[in-house]
Amino acid sequence: MTALVFSLILLVSALAAGLLGALSGLGGGVVIVPLLTIVFRVDIHYAIGASLVSVIATSSGAAAAYVREGFSNIRVGMFLEIATTLGALVGAWLTTRVPTHAIGTVFGLVLLYSAYTSLKQHHDLLTQKPDALALRLRLKGRLPTGPDSHEDYVAQRIPAGFSLMTMAGVLSGLLGIGSGAVKVIAMDQAMRLPFKVSTTTSNFMIGVTAAASAGLYLRSGYFAPALAMPVMLGVLAGSLIGSRLLVRIHVRTLKIVFALIIVALGVEMIFNSLSGRL
Amino acid sequence: MTETTPPAAHSPSPHGSAWTDQRVEIWVGIMLRTGVMLAAAIVLLGGVLYLAHSHGPRPDYTHFHAEPASYTTLSGVLHGLAAFDPRAIIMLGLLVLIATPVARVGMCIVGFLFERDHLYTAVSTIVLLILLYSLFFHK
Repeated sequence: MTALVFSLILLVSALAAGLLGALSGLGGGVVIVPLLTIVFRVDIHYAIGASLVSVIATSSGAAAAYVREGFSNIRVGMFLEIATTLGALVGAWLTTRVPTHAIGTVFGLVLLYSAYTSLKQHHDLLTQKPDALALRLRLKGRLPTGPDSHEDYVAQRIPAGFSLMTMAGVLSGLLGIGSGAVKVIAMDQAMRLPFKVSTTTSNFMIGVTAAASAGLYLRSGYFAPALAMPVMLGVLAGSLIGSRLLVRIHVRTLKIVFALIIVALGVEMIFNSLSGRL
Repeated sequence: MTETTPPAAHSPSPHGSAWTDQRVEIWVGIMLRTGVMLAAAIVLLGGVLYLAHSHGPRPDYTHFHAEPASYTTLSGVLHGLAAFDPRAIIMLGLLVLIATPVARVGMCIVGFLFERDHLYTAVSTIVLLILLYSLFFHK
């Protein structure tokens, strides 16, 4: 296979991944590593590098749109980025030292978990109970619910949210993913923030979290330029198209299909890791 | 607070920090999009040149050998650019991409400074320091 054909196949696959990722709300990054390692037989370290750059691209590309809607909360995001960036430092350090099959196994488990959370129904668990620490840290906001209506919210259980965010950072650095699923859990389950605030703020945080792993990845030689090129461009294009289509198509069926793909990839990833083929 | 109007805010309240918050967020959004589009354009340019110059079989990625120093350090990439190496151009695009979220944290520091929000100026500065540490010193 020539470099041109290989790059074009990668580009199209990454575009599909970005499209599905945007439509399902899971992000394209989560399928890039299994796609590259299982289908294209790429070493997991190169795959993680290519995935990380597509994650930064998607997060930053989509943030502009989310910001306009006024749902994301920059104070909540910035405060929690202390946790995610510190976690990412640890995760990136681990990924240069932990054996490949261990990374693969953790990755498989994260895939299964992401599929599960993507299908779960979400109920906002809002409380207006003033939390002393949250008020002191100004972790509160106003969610627009209509043209002239809004809902005030205050974050709860900051230590639990902060710890989960550190975990999200470790996973992001270890696996080269955005770990949006864990970030959303930390905000809407632990901190009781509205779901819309959680998802948009999570997306906003993903780029900064991922950037905290990039330095070590770069120095460790994980960024293979000719591999990262079609993957990053494909995922970015796919996710931009996906976020435009989002309003027009029925998402539920697609979500189930994508979750099934992710489960299959997760099982394959664990199987390959345990049998030493990764 | 200055008199400039935010580019496209939905019914911003004219007083208080919500207004400034929204303005900062809008500028941050514009900056992020510009950074990503610039990065993508550079990567695309490098990619087209790379494919135009490569006629052999596809590179083998089945085993990990850390990329050579020309693609793992800033000076290596700059040397590659001087030599018009297409892969170095791709790497430059990736470096612009990585710098984008870092710049966004920098912009937030400025925004919080304007709002006289000392707590969040400090919080953003901590995040920026962690990022700078990770980019230059993390081993």
